[in-house]
Parts: sequence; C-alpha cells; structure tokens
Amino acid sequence: METKKLTRVDYIFRPDNTCMDTLKKSLQRDRDEIVLELIDSGLKGRGGAGFLTGLKWKLAKEAPGDIKYVICNADEGEPGTFKDREILDRVPRRVFTGMALCGYVIGAKEGFLYLRAEYKFLAPKLKTIMAEMNEGFKKLGLDFTLNIRYGSGAYVCGEETALIDSMEGRRGEPRNKPPFPVTEGYLNKPTVVNNVETFVNCSIIMAIGAEEYKRFGTDSSRGFKLFSVSGDCSKEGIYELELGMLLSDFVEEFGDGDTKAVQVGGASGFCVPRKKFNQTIIGFEGIPTGGSMKIFNSSRSMYHVLHNYLEFFEEESCGQCTPCRVGCQQLLKGIEAVKSKKRPPSYLDELVKLAKVMKVAAKCGLGQSVGNAFVSIVDNFREEIVY
Amino acid sequence: MANTEMRVKELAEKYGRNREALMPILQELIDERRYVNDEAMVNVARELDLSAAEVYGTASFYSFIETEEVGKFVIRLCKTIVCDMKGKEDVLRAIENTLKIKVGQTTADKKFTLKTTNCLGWCHKGPTMLINDEVYTELTPGKAIEIIESYMNK
Repeated sequence: METKKLTRVDYIFRPDNTCMDTLKKSLQRDRDEIVLELIDSGLKGRGGAGFLTGLKWKLAKEAPGDIKYVICNADEGEPGTFKDREILDRVPRRVFTGMALCGYVIGAKEGFLYLRAEYKFLAPKLKTIMAEMNEGFKKLGLDFTLNIRYGSGAYVCGEETALIDSMEGRRGEPRNKPPFPVTEGYLNKPTVVNNVETFVNCSIIMAIGAEEYKRFGTDSSRGFKLFSVSGDCSKEGIYELELGMLLSDFVEEFGDGDTKAVQVGGASGFCVPRKKFNQTIIGFEGIPTGGSMKIFNSSRSMYHVLHNYLEFFEEESCGQCTPCRVGCQQLLKGIEAVKSKKRPPSYLDELVKLAKVMKVAAKCGLGQSVGNAFVSIVDNFREEIVY
Repeated sequence: MANTEMRVKELAEKYGRNREALMPILQELIDERRYVNDEAMVNVARELDLSAAEVYGTASFYSFIETEEVGKFVIRLCKTIVCDMKGKEDVLRAIENTLKIKVGQTTADKKFTLKTTNCLGWCHKGPTMLINDEVYTELTPGKAIEIIESYMNK
C-alpha cells in the first residue's frame, strides 16, 4: 500500500491575515464548483470520523429549506488531542473563513462556534475577531454572521448530534441517525457540523487549489494533518505532518528510544504495540486519528492505561443506551476483577465479547469505539492485565 | 431571594425565552455564582416555560454546571492518562494537604472546591488544572501550592 515519508509541512499555522482575500475570491465562484473542488481534493473530516467534507457540504446545499446553519465543532475532548485549541489561538481567521465559505456554499446565514468550556479562556479574543470578521463579511456582501456557544464539560458533545442537542438546551444525548444533521440538524434545519481543522483545510484548499493539496497524502488520506504528540516523548507538542506515514517512522522521530506502544486516536482509538509499528499506516487506510498520538514507554503499565480509559468512558457515557452505559461499567469492573484474581484470566475473553457487542449495539461513536482501545490493549498486552 | 428572580429575568431578556437560551442562561449564572441552586433553576424554568425537572435534568448532565454549592474557586485537576503519567497524583496530594480537603470537597471558608476532571487539552504540558476559567500547566506539587496560595487572598 502507498505510504509517505514522515514530512513536516507548514500550511495550517501560516499567518491568517490574507484569509479575507481568499474568501473574497471564492465568493465570486460558483457554489457547485467549490463543492466539486472540495470533493476532488479528497479532504475528509479532521475530527476523527473522516466523512468526505465536500460531500457533506453538497448534501446540506441540496437539502430543501431556507434556513440552514454552519457549526464549528470546537468541543475538542478526545484525550491526547489539543490541536484545535492551538488553531483557535493562533489562526482563528482561517477557521472562520472556512465557516463563512461553507455558509456561502450551502446558503446558511448563521454560523456557530461551539467552544468547549475548558477553552473558555480563548473566548474574549475569539469574540473580538468574530466581530471584526462579521463586519468584513458585510463589506463583501455576504449575509453571514458568526456566533459563539459554549459547552459545559461533556465529552459526548463532540458527537455532532449531541452537540446540536446541547445547543438546543438539552442533555447532550446523541440522536438516532438518520436523519443526519445535513438534512435535520440544529433546530431541525439542514446543518453542516465540521471540526475546527476541517474548516481550516477548506480555507487552505480555496487558497492553494485542490491540485496542489492533492500532492500531499495518499489515495485514501489526502492532505496533511495536525498531530498532538504527548506522553513518553522526546519532543511533545503539535506537528503538522503529511498523512500516510508509517507509525515506525513516527516513533523514530518522536519516541524516547524506549517506546512500547502508541495509542493512535485517543481513548477511542487503537493501541499499537511495538511489533506492529512498521505495518501501521497513519491514515484512513490504516489507523485514522483525530490527531491524538500518545506514546508509552516500557515503564508504563498498560493495565493502568486501560483502567484510566475505562474510567474516562464510564464517566463520559451519556447513559442513554444500555450497551454503553452498562458496558463501560462492566468492562471496568471486569478488568479490576481479573487483576485482583476474583475472576480467571479467561474472563477477559468474555469482556472482549462484550466490547464487540458494544461496537455494534451502542448508539453513537462513543460507545462504539470503547472496544477499540479495550480489544487492542487486551489483545496485545494481556499479561499486563492479568498479572 | 428576589435577586435571583430578577437576574434570571434579565438573562431571559438577553438570551430569549426559547429552549436554546437554556444553556447560555445557566452558563452565565455559573460565571456569576459558580453554581445554580434549586431556586435559580426553578426561576429559569418559570422564565422559559419548562418544567423544573427539565432544567435540572439538563443542568445536571454537564460537569461544569454545578447544582450543589461550591467554593468561590473551583479547582479542576486533569486526571486523564498523560497528566496522570506526569505526576498528577503528587500534585493532587499536595493540593489536598494544602487545603485540608479531599477531591469533591469544599473548604470550610467556602473558598475552594477541589475536583478532578477529564482531559483539559494540555497533554504536552501536563499536569494541568483549571481554577475557574484560568489554565495552569506544567504543574509540580510546589508550583500548584504556590498558585493555590496566590488565590487565598483573592
């Protein structure tokens, strides 16, 4: 399969003062042409789920209705992810330009930034820039207004329908899909919900063109991506890298020389052990990630890591559906019971079955992905869970 | 308190009386008072024409909307894996010893409430805590105590 060398790029954090010019140029273009260019660029959502962004915009554009909304999902809560905070801090105009562009394409007059409560310290600055940009939109003749809404400390609200419910003044409980937000979203109107980094990529594609953008990445994973690197690591931080690299190259660059495992994609992602580093591609053809890369060295107990994740999910499960609510509790109790010898090691096989049931039976991405970390850690580090 | 009733009315004027106004109203009350008590929630329910149970059900879903009394400063120390690996436990002990309270408790003078929370988004600079909306990163036990002490006279 096609892979790419680990290559640093620099698009996302370039100064964002020319964004309005990009927007001005784009507003002279035909809406369908913009959608086609986005689809052609191959850009997939940067929040983790990886839906084709151009297609999402197309569906919302074609959905009937006079009132539509654009929402930027800045509820960055995945453990190990902190790139959206950095984007909003350093290049907010690039985000807002992407939102305005989306508003133009789908015909929305209002856009909301849904900012997690933990990042509220960014709000004063963001509000000032929003006001300035709202003025700019008017001058360009674009009927689009940016607003801000806040989360209140619920990881599940990163799920788009839970986010919408939260904005509507309800508990952040994911909805049944379909209908998808592109046809029935905020206040049941067609709504595009995209991640912060996704909107940034849309701005970049408008600035450099899909042809240039497509030079980066692989067939299934076009472009570049911000990686939030943390843990037992020689240089923690945020790095913009081309998609499609091998995990072994990544570890070579960022590991501390004693790396035993990397958790790719946060608590809801997969734990990759050392022996699989050179077969693992970071991208949609391998293991996709919203950007979270947590490196563990040989001093770490993988039982402790898994226990921490399960406590996290047990707390953050919205409790709406039984597989997730009860499943998270039972997985946590289960590994504790195996560790304390109240249950035999073979009980782990039962727990793996439960995790797989959650994967198919849970209502939303939260419950469905608990099994990713659980199964990959138990499969690869079983002895650490038992002894 | 007539005070609460008036304040909630003002907020309803500001944000509107639709259901979408519920979170902004609760959030602003939190900013002002650190928690929303029964009286505040009943008033919000009345203004927005919702049942009090709906308001409580929504408020209690969110970990940053406190429905029980908390101190003037709410400390939220991140407990997720990377902060944990970097010594969050030692920082937690140091704060507990300084304030003479355990996680979940409030000091007798109602100044501080100590909580742990999930990933704050500063893994590369852990351990991390929030005090109200302020972020403090790269904590050590000593640094955490210094920060807490700087809040004691606020």
